[in-house]
Amino acid sequence: MKGWDAFVSSFLNLQVIGTYWPVIVQGFFVTVELAVLIVIVGLALGLVLAVIRAFGIRPLNWLIIFIVDVFRALPPLVIIVLLYFGLPAAGLSFSGFTATFISLALILAAFSEEIYWAGITAVPHGQTEAARALGLRFLHVLFLVVLPQALRMVIPPLVNRTIAITKGTALGSVVAVSEILGAAQSSVAFSLNPSPLTLGALAYLILFLPVVIVGRRIELRFARPFAR
Amino acid sequence: MSWEDFQDAFLDWSIVVQAWPILQAGLISTILLSVMTVPLGIIGGLILAALSRAESRWVSIPLGIWVDVFRALPPLVLLIFLYAGLPFAGLDLGPWGSVALAFFLNTGAYYAEILRAGLESVPRGQSEAARALGLRPTPIFFLIVLPQAVKNVLPDLVSNTLEVVKLTSLASVVALPELLYQARQAQSVTYNATPVVAAAILYFLMLWPVVRLLSRLEHQKIAGNR
Repeated sequence: MKGWDAFVSSFLNLQVIGTYWPVIVQGFFVTVELAVLIVIVGLALGLVLAVIRAFGIRPLNWLIIFIVDVFRALPPLVIIVLLYFGLPAAGLSFSGFTATFISLALILAAFSEEIYWAGITAVPHGQTEAARALGLRFLHVLFLVVLPQALRMVIPPLVNRTIAITKGTALGSVVAVSEILGAAQSSVAFSLNPSPLTLGALAYLILFLPVVIVGRRIELRFARPFAR
Repeated sequence: MSWEDFQDAFLDWSIVVQAWPILQAGLISTILLSVMTVPLGIIGGLILAALSRAESRWVSIPLGIWVDVFRALPPLVLLIFLYAGLPFAGLDLGPWGSVALAFFLNTGAYYAEILRAGLESVPRGQSEAARALGLRPTPIFFLIVLPQAVKNVLPDLVSNTLEVVKLTSLASVVALPELLYQARQAQSVTYNATPVVAAAILYFLMLWPVVRLLSRLEHQKIAGNR
């Protein structure tokens, strides 16, 4: 089986893997660091925006809606490229890591704001009215009555969206971040063998497969839309 | 930085005019790419979703793993693997072929997940009634079950389609001359960031209506679910 041997020596070459696995492992930790930062900042910023929107200050809300729309409409790679290759013209230089982090955190903030907001508006109005009738102030109504119910409703879409955006960390490879894909690509360039890419793909599966499966569980548990 | 400096660096109209032929070619490629990848993904998803209706575990378990693997793998990783890895095995798909296959696999898995949920949401009685009326399985699937399934998951389908169109920008990484790639080329020729800003504005103008529509659909969905 000559074809099989050729396949193994290109894609599962143990010698190459033996040399380059530490680089991929380093990349793995860069990806994890980037992902954690994006998730924390993105989800928190999104919630802050949704809470501000709940105050119902018209011009401010239009601004929030517009900015959110911009970050939902633009491809992540376009935003990263703008920050990394465009902003230096304004004298502002970011590292690839920072550019990827800022871009994806803002995108997650935009998507999650929209999801939080949908949840807030879905809480029946009677809840707010009852709480007001009991003498609670606006902030108490928002944080003690509305948000807890809203958050529970939006967990499934929020989890799915967060996973999808976090996978965008691979885009960092385009702006020279040595995350998994970047590390794998430079290893391929050095070794002239694509096995590091196989290893990189495997690293992504190790990282995201459990997340995808847990995400599906959460979705089944919290909401079965249209289930009869 | 004064407003004039900012304008010269990011919003220089003479550069937009100069770069327009390149940007226009990129825009057309992006539209072509979307017209190619969206149907590919939907067909892939439909095949997987229809297969997932099979009762046998020998079908459903490998299918579940397939879908999860391609949902877990970032699309760019898949694309680079196909574009830069496969030629080592003597299989060179080129930029368009690699992008088509990557999207078929990645997007197909996402559409499959959505369509499966849609198919499950259609009550059994629908296909039983259709069968009692004498319809065959294929017309039952395409004429009775699928339309109701699509209606039930419409917001997710629209949302995924928006993501697919945005994802076409990844093709720039494998030197496929779509909008982002052309904008970067124009930037490196003119030493000015305006073309990339122009490309961003083009993406926004193209996709903003979809984002607005989606926002409305999603609000209706969450409000209807509680």
